[in-house]
Amino acid sequence: MGTFIGIEYNVWWFLVFGAVISGYAILDGFDLGAGALHLFLKKEQSRRIALNAIGPVWDGNEVWLVIGGGVLFAGFPVAYAAIFSAFYIPFMIFLMGIIFRGVAIEFRSKEPGVLWRKTWDVVYCVSSVVIALSLGLMLGNVAYGIPLNAEKEFAGSGYSFFNPFSIMVAVTTLALFMMHGAIYLTMKTENRLYTKLHLLANSFTVFFVLSFVITTFYTLLYIPHLSDYFKSHPAWFIIPLLMVLAIANIPRQIKAGKYRYAFISSATTIALLLIMVAIEVFPYLLYSTGDPQNSITVHNASSSGKTMKILLIIALIGTPLVGVYTAFVFWTFKGKVQLDETSY
Amino acid sequence: MDAEILSRIQFAFTISFHYIYPPLSIGLGLLLVVFEGMYLKTGNKVYEQITRFWIKIFSLIFGIGVATGIIMEFEFGTNWATYSKYVGDIFGSALAAEGIFAFALEAGFLGILIFGWNRVSPKVHFFSALMVFLGAMFSAIWIVVANSWQQTPAGYHIVGEGMNARAEITDFWAMVFNPSSVDRLIHVWIGAFLAGTFLVLSVNAFYILKKRHLEIAIPSFKIALVTATLFSLLQLLAGSRSAEGVAKNQPAKLATMEGHYDSSSKADMYLFGFVNNKEQKTTGIKIPGGLSFLLHGNFNEPVKGLNAFREDERPKQVNAVFQLYHLMIAIGMALIALTLYACIQWKRKKLFDQRWLMIVFVWSVLLPQVANQAGWFTAEMGRQPWVVYGLLKTSDALSKTVSANQVLFSLILFMLVYALLFVLFLYLLNKKIKHGPAEYGAKENIDEGTRRNNPVIQQKN
Repeated sequence: MGTFIGIEYNVWWFLVFGAVISGYAILDGFDLGAGALHLFLKKEQSRRIALNAIGPVWDGNEVWLVIGGGVLFAGFPVAYAAIFSAFYIPFMIFLMGIIFRGVAIEFRSKEPGVLWRKTWDVVYCVSSVVIALSLGLMLGNVAYGIPLNAEKEFAGSGYSFFNPFSIMVAVTTLALFMMHGAIYLTMKTENRLYTKLHLLANSFTVFFVLSFVITTFYTLLYIPHLSDYFKSHPAWFIIPLLMVLAIANIPRQIKAGKYRYAFISSATTIALLLIMVAIEVFPYLLYSTGDPQNSITVHNASSSGKTMKILLIIALIGTPLVGVYTAFVFWTFKGKVQLDETSY
Repeated sequence: MDAEILSRIQFAFTISFHYIYPPLSIGLGLLLVVFEGMYLKTGNKVYEQITRFWIKIFSLIFGIGVATGIIMEFEFGTNWATYSKYVGDIFGSALAAEGIFAFALEAGFLGILIFGWNRVSPKVHFFSALMVFLGAMFSAIWIVVANSWQQTPAGYHIVGEGMNARAEITDFWAMVFNPSSVDRLIHVWIGAFLAGTFLVLSVNAFYILKKRHLEIAIPSFKIALVTATLFSLLQLLAGSRSAEGVAKNQPAKLATMEGHYDSSSKADMYLFGFVNNKEQKTTGIKIPGGLSFLLHGNFNEPVKGLNAFREDERPKQVNAVFQLYHLMIAIGMALIALTLYACIQWKRKKLFDQRWLMIVFVWSVLLPQVANQAGWFTAEMGRQPWVVYGLLKTSDALSKTVSANQVLFSLILFMLVYALLFVLFLYLLNKKIKHGPAEYGAKENIDEGTRRNNPVIQQKN
């Protein structure tokens, strides 16, 4: 395995994977959150504005999921194979969520009928919630670990996925996305709808902080392999501290009417949260709760050094390009939502 | 049924359903660039209306294409874990490149294409159309490269043994430009152009039959007809190059496609026929020695037949592959005949006078779709029992931890959901077509309620 600036390729690729997942959580996180709180908005007009706030960008946001899948497949095929075959049923339900959500957004505006639109509103909201919960459930299980056999494949029963820790992570993920989505929508709305979202953003922030605190205490108390690194390296507590500051900053910025800073704060919260997970998990990609010898790590699951090098070159060329046109699209649609003849 | 056959059915079903949409996106993408380019060049409002109309249909098609496409990327991991470990180094790289270089470009600019009419200048909008089209084309590159590596592996070596064996890249460019990727890519691109152009032909033929939107339907039809004729003819060349590649690189597949068993005899070329795999006999209307001639320029030269391969290293479904392959060719020929005939009528200024011809064009939208599916089934079934030709068998590629019941559950789920999706897709497509291109100056799509409650729009008016 070659190195770049003194760091092994596969460790770089772990960082790339982490960055892509963070990008996905930050970007798709706000439109999933907007979906999850969709039914809190009662008027047709409000719902249309909320949908069109994510309309031009949600497809681009979902690309990060596709990139994440490709990054894992290419860089750590053993982990890709083990994770998705182990989580077969939860993942199929996640994929159904992806399908239904995509078509709900697309189909809703195509008919004016009240029943038609209400049906797709429910589908859109439920699928967003299902996606957020199943992402959290999988993240929880990946972090906690699952039983693996010597061939590094899943060796347990499907019901074990619904353990307390993973359910807490799932609820925290949903709360996080709802907070993030509500803040995004405050950036995009005006008048009474804005006032309503402002209140929702505050409630979801409280909801998130509560579920986060409970999950954290549970982890510190009951899951040693997810907390020993922080306990033995107290300097790293700077990250949770920064996160607390970022969260505390959110209501302050909303109150001051600086929605963009509030959004940046919640995006920072997501990134720091995932960095914390990454620090605790590294070098494991999938911890084996049975025999730890069977765990899948950055070192034993990676592609060849040559592939890693090619992948890093691809990422170095591709990422700035993606960044440039993502920024361009967001800039094009900046400001409050204006409905016109092309809107959903 | 065991997990293997169920997983194969599930993959075939989900990929076939998905593949209805990407070729339409690629083909329509090309025509959107042409239509909007014409608008930019001439400033003629008719082209703007055509462009806006097809963008609406494009967004419907793209939406389902993305939703069903994401499934594909993860299905390798869920159902084919051993395969994923075996080829991750190579196949995964191609998928990652597709995500970063192609899909991100396409999905990013799609927002501007659909929602950006009043936000960006016409030139930037045209640029977005171009980027969406190029993104779709790039997607095809990486996906066909990944699949072609399964057909004709190159630029790799095998590391490890037994369950831990895996292919690793030794030469990236040899992997990308493996012996079949360029020929197959061109074949796939043209197939996609045909799918898109025939959709445009079909919809406009419908308008012409109904004498509606004629000022829009006639120029669109003509542009699409020129494109369709050109690509139908080019597909003949691309297809035969692809077949020559199969003869060279995958002789067992070629022998299956023509139902040729005996290596010591000349090989015939069939127009129609039937293969009896038990008696190893193929009957039908044929050009005796035709395949020998195509490959060697000599009607009597022997061609390697199926019997040259071990029973467990050649496809079992010989008749199915034979029929699908010949169906694809028959459709290819029909498209050439149809488009050339229409061009002759156009030259005689009688193109739109013949009702039956327009009726044929309305239904012709199905032909490239069926041919694309038949072609892929030929390629994939003809490669069996291998998933990576000569290296890994399909039966060894499964996820060992996934049970038949789990696959059955997901397969039923996919069938129900996709059936529902397809019905809704056809319903909405039909509605959009019936509604037709609208006058966009009037902002007729904004209902009164919207106008009253939205301060921004109120100000504007």
